[in-house]
Amino acid sequence: MNKAIVLLEDGTIFYGKAEGPAMTSVGEICFTTGMTGYQEVFTDPSYFNQIVVATNTHIGNYGIHRDESQSGSVKIAGFVCRNFNEQHSRVRESESLPDFFRREGILAVSEVDTRKLVRHIREKGAMNALISSEDKPLEELKAILAKAPSMKGMGLASEVSTQKMYTLGDENRAYRIAVLDLGVKRNILDSLLKYDAYVGVFPHNASLEEIAAWKPDGILISNGPGDPEPLHEQAELVKKLIDQEMPTFGICLGHQLISLSQGLETFKMFNGHRGINHPVKNLLTGRCEVTSQNHGFAVSRESAEKNGSVEITHIHLNDDTIAGLRLRNKPVFSVQYHPEASPGPNDSEYLFEQFFELIRENKAKKPGGKVEESAER
Amino acid sequence: MPKDQSIKSVLIIGSGPIIIGQAAEFDYSGSQAARSLKEEGIEVTLINSNPATIMTDKVTADNIYLLPLEPASIVQILKEHQIDAVLPSMGGQTALNLAIKCQEQGIWEEYGVKMIGVDTNAIEITEDRELFRQKMAEIGIPMAPSKTAKSFLEGKEVAQEFGLPLVIRPSFTLGGSGGSVVYDKEDLESALQRGLQASPIHEVMIDKAVIGWKEYELELLRDRNGNVVIICSIENFDPMGIHTGDSITVAPAMTLSDTTFQKMRNMAIKMIRSIGNFAGGCNVQFSVSNDEKEEIIAIEINPRVSRSSALASKATGYPIAKIASKLALGYMLDELKNPVTGNTSAMFEPTLDYVIVKIPRWNFDKFKGANRRLGFQMKSVGEAMGIGRSFQEALQKACQSLEIGRNGLGADGKELTDQNVILDSLKHPGWDRLFHIYDAFKLGISFSTIHKSTLIDPWFLRQIQELVELEGEIVQYTLDNIPEGLLREAKKKGYADRQIAHLLRCLESQVYEKRNKLGIKRVFKQVDTCAAEFPAETPYYYSTFEEENESVQSGREKVIILGSGPNRIGQGIEFDYSCVHGVLAAKECGYETIMINCNPETVSTDFTTADKLYFEPVFWEHIYDIILHEKPIGVIVQLGGQTALKLAEKLDKYGIKIIGTSYHALDLAEDRGRFSSLLKENEVPYPKFGSVKSAEAAVKMSRELGFPLLVRPSYVLGGQSMKIVINEEELEQHVVNILHQMPGNEILIDNFLSGAIEAEADAICDGEDVYIIGIMEHIEPAGIHSGDSYAVLPPFNLGDLILTQIEEITKKVALALNTVGLINIQFAIKDDVVYVIEANPRASRTVPFIAKAYQEPYVNYATKVMLGHKKVKDFDFKPVKKGYAIKVPVFSFDKFHEVSKELGPEMKSTGEAIHFIDNLKDEYFHKIYGERNLYLSR
Repeated sequence: MNKAIVLLEDGTIFYGKAEGPAMTSVGEICFTTGMTGYQEVFTDPSYFNQIVVATNTHIGNYGIHRDESQSGSVKIAGFVCRNFNEQHSRVRESESLPDFFRREGILAVSEVDTRKLVRHIREKGAMNALISSEDKPLEELKAILAKAPSMKGMGLASEVSTQKMYTLGDENRAYRIAVLDLGVKRNILDSLLKYDAYVGVFPHNASLEEIAAWKPDGILISNGPGDPEPLHEQAELVKKLIDQEMPTFGICLGHQLISLSQGLETFKMFNGHRGINHPVKNLLTGRCEVTSQNHGFAVSRESAEKNGSVEITHIHLNDDTIAGLRLRNKPVFSVQYHPEASPGPNDSEYLFEQFFELIRENKAKKPGGKVEESAER
Repeated sequence: MPKDQSIKSVLIIGSGPIIIGQAAEFDYSGSQAARSLKEEGIEVTLINSNPATIMTDKVTADNIYLLPLEPASIVQILKEHQIDAVLPSMGGQTALNLAIKCQEQGIWEEYGVKMIGVDTNAIEITEDRELFRQKMAEIGIPMAPSKTAKSFLEGKEVAQEFGLPLVIRPSFTLGGSGGSVVYDKEDLESALQRGLQASPIHEVMIDKAVIGWKEYELELLRDRNGNVVIICSIENFDPMGIHTGDSITVAPAMTLSDTTFQKMRNMAIKMIRSIGNFAGGCNVQFSVSNDEKEEIIAIEINPRVSRSSALASKATGYPIAKIASKLALGYMLDELKNPVTGNTSAMFEPTLDYVIVKIPRWNFDKFKGANRRLGFQMKSVGEAMGIGRSFQEALQKACQSLEIGRNGLGADGKELTDQNVILDSLKHPGWDRLFHIYDAFKLGISFSTIHKSTLIDPWFLRQIQELVELEGEIVQYTLDNIPEGLLREAKKKGYADRQIAHLLRCLESQVYEKRNKLGIKRVFKQVDTCAAEFPAETPYYYSTFEEENESVQSGREKVIILGSGPNRIGQGIEFDYSCVHGVLAAKECGYETIMINCNPETVSTDFTTADKLYFEPVFWEHIYDIILHEKPIGVIVQLGGQTALKLAEKLDKYGIKIIGTSYHALDLAEDRGRFSSLLKENEVPYPKFGSVKSAEAAVKMSRELGFPLLVRPSYVLGGQSMKIVINEEELEQHVVNILHQMPGNEILIDNFLSGAIEAEADAICDGEDVYIIGIMEHIEPAGIHSGDSYAVLPPFNLGDLILTQIEEITKKVALALNTVGLINIQFAIKDDVVYVIEANPRASRTVPFIAKAYQEPYVNYATKVMLGHKKVKDFDFKPVKKGYAIKVPVFSFDKFHEVSKELGPEMKSTGEAIHFIDNLKDEYFHKIYGERNLYLSR
């Protein structure tokens, strides 16, 4: 058995078995509680730079399937689990998890008392960590870890965003949706394409002019990794888009940027929300939904309650944090969680419908703006 | 929308006597519901005819009615109490049926009673296959292809179209009778004929059987507002074709991708919302194709609390019945808290950081001639659940919990080696297929053959194969040279020290010592609903082999109560009743109470029962490690039936205090020779007997004793392998049979007191004084197991002389055995002489019955006596004696059509009911008294 180490910023050490190449990797350690959807987590750009601990005991049982990745590559910095299953039983064209990790050059550490690790993080809060399967002295590993910057203040969208604008779908579709890609998950794009939409995906550093020139009917500000606070340029861009009365939908990091653009504050959570069982209440309908969440930062509730232009629409039922809001006088709304699921429940799919409804309303206000949906939908 | 303020008083309907398919889980749900409603300040009235339940106890409900589950009983209750609402979703199909019957008769309307927690429309849709099918088609939920056929020719055409296997169900017959699964072409014609003939309208429904598809269950909760949460996903290890109650099941689902799981989740929500508007629990079953399409079809939906929801509650920690009751009152999920964490929302989907495996417990040995092949008809009588940090560990622990004389899966020298037998078992699943899969791998049968024969998902098969490989590695070493890593791996994968000892050819204690020296120690982890995301207020514990131990020893004085393991014939819910009362009594005495049990159906494994619950096998190794960790003042073994009792010897050997009657007294009562000497010394008559170890000795002995003879192995439960023989030939045959099943076992031969009357007495003894709590007289003459006979409390035709003798003997024997706690003595009365047949110094099957009939907490009293907190004379006994209470045995023979209904010394009943009569002129009494010889085998 190849030994591997998990070293936490506070000096705590766990040993386990190395799965994948001989390497050392550093990131913020966090845990996810989903019992399904490991592949979606590995490839979710919002997990960029993070070492993910799975609380679910068996990982790899159903292999890896091409269609289920949320981006073109593995985005996590490393992975820690209890049982890493070499064998899987899926008949659909797929590869095994170990093969996938080897191919992607990512290290996983298995045979760890993950419950102990999770309880430790729960008590001590988010922190950096290092995993290594190389035979390096502990002091050297500690030195490497010490150099790793804190997630707080770290803008990471540029690392995972597309570098060039691209489009998806048919140009002749009824709606033109511009997506500001800060690390967008594939299923957000797929969810938009389920509607009669032509999607333009813009890089993190796109300008207002570039986006406006494409003449979008609505804007989606995507999810993404890291601290929203340093993303001043993007917040500025979002503010300008909103000022132009552009129907805007923000997801996760996008939600935080919309909040920042309106003068709200964000903060780093002691432990983030990561899992697919997060209960959220829609305050407008009184209905509850079980949601997929993955965030380590949140919008300050106090700052939102003080701000007259903002209305809190959704709250997280476990800790009363803000899960969604809308602007009172603009066609803008956003959620802290993931209506596109993948992984997780589809209870919040209605938000996409709501987005297109908002676009229709907005178009109807303009001269000649009634939408003719194409038949193919 | 908070709770409905108009509801101040609720009637809960129980599920009646235990039968196969409707067991202890409904006592768990019913008692949880009652407590949940009482928390809300609601007056709870309960009806159930099953006396051996916690739900029908003063500790649970305000008003209790031990009446037959009939509309007349409901009317009686409604006349005596102002009831605002009835909650029928906690008592299985029995309660639902009764509620619907009352609705049809207009009873609820007449008394202004609201039905809560169910929607009768929903029940109708889910019970009627055709309506259900239409509804599913309407909302676009696929089901297995199905067609009706009105003629033989039509049927053959449908068969042609669907291909085999097929399920044929006659229309409009009850309980699926006349239905069958057709695997082979040769069987099609006869099955069609049979089905058409069985149907009153000459019509059959033919379903394409999706045999081999993967099977799943989702447990849901839904509130009035339409909010839905999935509490648990359960995957069946056995694919479609075996009733889910007879399947080994695993949670969480192991082989489902998120994509397919979410599709299933969406379907379940759509289904539950389509069948009506109700607030409560619901179970939905699905099947998934085992090919690349991962096609999902719906099987059925049950809009009530079920066996699976009890399992899901124990598997996740989320108390489904408790929350479902509050939802029925009108609460919304988001208005309630998760009771385990204490401060997060009940609108929550539990997440597991462990695996649970449930294995059913069968009792085919009690049903001679029963078809042992598993299929659509449930046949198991109980279940055990193992929890571990991997599937393999959970599987091993579940196997260790079964009490079938195995030490887990494999590594005990009991494997089959006959290839043909194994292959046949793989294809035609019986109760022991799991063990035969292991044997098949061990024998070197190829993976693909095993897969093709069983159609079990390769992931599960691979897990078992890995265990066999590990075993192969271990066996190459000895205790002295086994590498630490390998030993650790074996422990992590759930192997018991006994199994490892078998592989290393040494003693269990040596393995134990070695692994402790190496620091390979059991730690305890929490079941907390949330995979450690939040701190938990009321978690429970399971053991594993990892780094961190989360079970903090409190420093208080503690008492451990050993549970009774999986239910089986002869050891059912009565023992769980006693365990729960033992826990409550010890709590009252100021002790911290610790429960150890592995039966997910029970109240004893409800986390609110004991101060601390270890959900662990009632298996020596696990118990010993818990004892070493918790350091209790002692262990109570006399409440958990034979399961707990048989651990007394080891506890005694390891110097652990047994609370109440000592091991030596327990052993003396079991040892026929020494016990008879004791009777002799005390001048107590007993039937002439002898003990032998061979057929030859038996025949010799028979000449001394004379026929008829009662022959049985010593140290068994529920009259296992007990038989009355009338000649030498039969005697020899039976002795050989027993020795074949239990080599080396001592065999007892008693002179059978033919035609004798049987009676039994239960008593509490503190070593000085004896109080007889009740004497029951059997209606049938000797020859029928006490568990299977009708019995009357108090005796109905024993003279004063006999009763005085019974009382005197009971006191004498209880004191002679130095009983501290409960004792049950069985008598045979012939020619005015009272003979002692046996004495059991422990809680018996009849104690709960007497406690209910006389309305006194006898187990509570006995526990306080055991703990030395009270003497018998400290209690003010005030039994409510009014008329007679008849114990009615209930059988599940309808599940085994092929088995003869003959009764004998081997127990066969699965449950019991209580029936009160005012006097002996009662018609019911006359009927059963008149039929007392009807089913007698000898």
